[in-house]
Amino acid sequence: MDAIELIGMMSVLAAGLCMGIGALGPAIGEGMAAAAALRSIAQQPDESAAITRTLFVAMAMIESTGIYAFVIAIILIFANPFWEYAIKHAAG
Amino acid sequence: MKFSPDQFIIVDWGWGSLNATIVFTWLEMVLLVAGSWLITRNLSSDVTISRWQNVLEILVAGIAKQIEEITRQKPEPFLPFVGTLFIFILVSNLLSVIPYYHSPTASLSTTSALALCVFIAVPVFGLSSRSLGSYLRQYMEPTFFMLPFNILGDLSRTLALAVRLYGNVLSGSIIGFVLLLIVPLFLPVVMSALGLLTGTIQAYIFALLAMIYISSVLKNEELESSSNRKTK
Repeated sequence: MDAIELIGMMSVLAAGLCMGIGALGPAIGEGMAAAAALRSIAQQPDESAAITRTLFVAMAMIESTGIYAFVIAIILIFANPFWEYAIKHAAG
Repeated sequence: MKFSPDQFIIVDWGWGSLNATIVFTWLEMVLLVAGSWLITRNLSSDVTISRWQNVLEILVAGIAKQIEEITRQKPEPFLPFVGTLFIFILVSNLLSVIPYYHSPTASLSTTSALALCVFIAVPVFGLSSRSLGSYLRQYMEPTFFMLPFNILGDLSRTLALAVRLYGNVLSGSIIGFVLLLIVPLFLPVVMSALGLLTGTIQAYIFALLAMIYISSVLKNEELESSSNRKTK
């Protein structure tokens, strides 16, 4: 198998794995955070403004790990440095 | 495939080029400054106020109230910085429903610049409320061995701030692009409506996190006064 084919195939595979596994953790975490926040809003409806604000911050923190995985996947597909190197090497 | 506004070249002179990030950032700045100037040109404290003055009053009072709830201090010192961050990101995200508009926040350069502003603003606001020694000493809290982790935390949260906004806005535009290829009729509209929601939330979160980072280095007057009471 050619180096270009191998790099292309592995990049797509790695991007899919990166996104799939990388979305798993944040999804579970956000679900737990939302469940906890809903429970505390049900217990203390007066504090719902403060709870919602904290929930947003927590969600942003949790979500950023998923966003990192997404950025890595985007780099692997659209701006892969090894792919560009292989293309240049094969052409030149 | 072109997905970042950095890659859309609008004017090319050979010795330099203007990409969509720069052009739309400046257009947005012109829009915000001219809009604010037009609205605040004739303010009135009458019973009836113009509807645009009402909009601005709601916006500014809302931001000030949020800041006051977070810091439990007077919001005036932080209102210009945090409010500008919020309004700039909000407008640049909301305008993305306009065709041919590329949101500047979908470029890592813009979000890094905004995150660097926060990175610099934290010590500036911190030093305005406490001395240099007490500012530096909080890096050694709770013990001296936490010094590298505190410094690393400062750097990594700046990176996270930049990448979070960039990734969220970019993912919205890429989802819209992919859906345009697969189901071009209806679903992209729904996804851009969802993009409006996430854009607003991301602007809120960016300003909120900036405010939290700043307020974490401020002198906590409530705590100190309560500990003073205890010692008395």
